[in-house]
Amino acid sequence: MLSSVSEVSAAEIVPQVSKDEYLRAFRWLLLARVLDEKLAALYRAGKIPGGGVYLGKGQEALSVSVGISLRTGDVYAPLIRDGAGRLAFGETVVEALRNCLGSVLGPMRGRDGNVHRGRPRDGYLPMISHLGAMISVVNGVLMAKRFKGQKGVVGATCLGEGGTSTGAFHEGLNQAGVERLPLVMVVANNQYAYSTPTSRQFACKSLADRAQGYGFTPHSVDGTNLAECLKVLGHAVALARTGNGPQLVVASLLRLCGHGEHDDASYIDPRLKESEIGRDCLELSEEHLLVNSWASKQELSQWRTAAQRAVEEAVALVQKEPSPDPYTENWCALQTGRFAEGGSK
Amino acid sequence: MSITYLEAIREAQARALAEDPRVFIYGQDVGDFGGAFKATKGLAKEFPGRVLDAPISEDAIVGAAVGAAIEGMRPIIEMQFADFSTPGFNQVINQAATLYWRTQVPCPITIRLPSGGTSGSGPFHSQCMEAIYAHYPGLIVMTPATVEDAYSMLLEAVAIDDPVIFCEHKYLYYHLKTDRLPTEAMPAGKARIARPGRDVTIVAYSAMVHEALAAAEELSTEGVEVEVVDLRTVKPLDTDTIIASVARTGRVLVVGEAFPWGGVTAEVVARIATEGFGLLDAPPQRLNAKDTPIPYHPNLWSAHRPTANSILAAVRNLLRL
Ligand SMILES: Cc1ncc(C[n+]2csc(CCOP(=O)(O)OP(=O)(O)O)c2C)c(N)n1
Repeated sequence: MLSSVSEVSAAEIVPQVSKDEYLRAFRWLLLARVLDEKLAALYRAGKIPGGGVYLGKGQEALSVSVGISLRTGDVYAPLIRDGAGRLAFGETVVEALRNCLGSVLGPMRGRDGNVHRGRPRDGYLPMISHLGAMISVVNGVLMAKRFKGQKGVVGATCLGEGGTSTGAFHEGLNQAGVERLPLVMVVANNQYAYSTPTSRQFACKSLADRAQGYGFTPHSVDGTNLAECLKVLGHAVALARTGNGPQLVVASLLRLCGHGEHDDASYIDPRLKESEIGRDCLELSEEHLLVNSWASKQELSQWRTAAQRAVEEAVALVQKEPSPDPYTENWCALQTGRFAEGGSK
Repeated sequence: MSITYLEAIREAQARALAEDPRVFIYGQDVGDFGGAFKATKGLAKEFPGRVLDAPISEDAIVGAAVGAAIEGMRPIIEMQFADFSTPGFNQVINQAATLYWRTQVPCPITIRLPSGGTSGSGPFHSQCMEAIYAHYPGLIVMTPATVEDAYSMLLEAVAIDDPVIFCEHKYLYYHLKTDRLPTEAMPAGKARIARPGRDVTIVAYSAMVHEALAAAEELSTEGVEVEVVDLRTVKPLDTDTIIASVARTGRVLVVGEAFPWGGVTAEVVARIATEGFGLLDAPPQRLNAKDTPIPYHPNLWSAHRPTANSILAAVRNLLRL
């Protein structure tokens, strides 16, 4: 389904995407792509401790639109391909690199790595690997905010189409529907879950059709189109924020990289790569900027150079930072130290 | 006035709700209905909006509790039966138990598990899950055996900044009574000498403490003085109190209602063997349920789990070793 129109008319609530907003989003998108390219290079050079690198290539337009639509006080639980959204939500390149390169100064201090990072106190929740598990956690934060009388808050979380097959997805959406929470559930249907095509993942026509069963408002969007993503996400977030209940956004796109950098993705159907969803959202948005004269070729290249410089500087900084030290590590998994068990004191 | 173990659990929750605005209760049928066992009877009315019925979604129930804890609340989760915590297992061990370690943000949630066998409950309404949860770092596992502990340890569980698995025993719900709720309590994490004795130690927890005490009573008529250690908390395990008792008696039997492979009794025996080997006059013994699912028929059920009689036989055997 390549419908680019939200099923709830957006026009009245959300104006057309302005040049300013588009440019702001584009810069995050570009920075995320450049950071991903650097992470891939570091991976190939064997500089990533522990191994895995998971990239968001092809998914940045969608991801950045989620992050940029949220504001301070909101809750965001991104997933593995959300580098762009994380930056737009307020993560720095240094913070991201620290977690990927194993700096002890990183948000998880080497106790967890790569995409598993966040700052829960700031509403930025660190994913666990188990797909679908973050949805109900976001629900819980939103329930707590309701207990505390906070209004106008939104929670957003992201998942691939494969993750929608979990029981946790069903329980999480049903719970948000029952509690009528301001949750925006973003599903990136990038056509493959690792190597599994959508035909082996679900049997409904569009995942957006599931919205009705959970009491969600459905939205479908072309995930390669930055302007459309900004519009639809802006609209979904606005609806959730203004008391219209939970929203389900399903984006169609194609994963333009391996599942991880270890994977050559040779299983991806070449016809999909040549189809409309196989287009690169970065290239499309650059075209959009040029066609609208919102940027010149020269500016585009300057921005890329600036992003590369920022990433290189951050890498240089983080590579000098200390790694975690097993001898000074506090091997205690409990906040209440007196309950520590066997050897953890 | 007399208060049952179940009423103590209700009273502890009422007090937690009254004293701390961050506390709320979330679970199936806990609202106006008052819970499958009535452990939240009347609380929804007394504390409007703070005792919430949940859909039958153990995974999402625990996940939401973690989210609420991140936001500063102190949720109490009621699993309808301990057995049904398995669909929520992932969120307990991978989300709740890892949160503090990964992020330094504490996860103060209490998960109440109505545990253990009552006659006729069968394979899916009788299980003891404490060993499964105790296996994972980042969790505290409580197994109160008395009305007083049910009350004070539940209050402590809610006050602790870490996730607590609170295994309350369904057999004790109505069987145990006391005159009044305690005003002082031993802290969690410390075992209790439930009965002093010099000849042999029985280490037990939860409902098995009472089977052990009954066996000890019987043995005292034969001149055998049994010391009964009530673990109270299986994680952390109070190894010091166990070893001190073994030092006094030289013989030990460890009793648990859970399945025999691994588990709490194996852990206790392992600690005695490694830390107190020289104190032993005989090999440490274990007594558990049988290695089958829990049977339905009362005849089978009462033979499946340890009882005062099987404990008696095990102690007699141990005294001959
Ligand atoms: C519950 C669970 N099962 C299996 C995995 C292993 N796994 C990690 S990513 C992945 C594929 C995910 O596909 P999808 O949800 O479509 O997201 P995508 O990778 O395409 O972005 C799998 C199977 C997991 N993380 N969680």
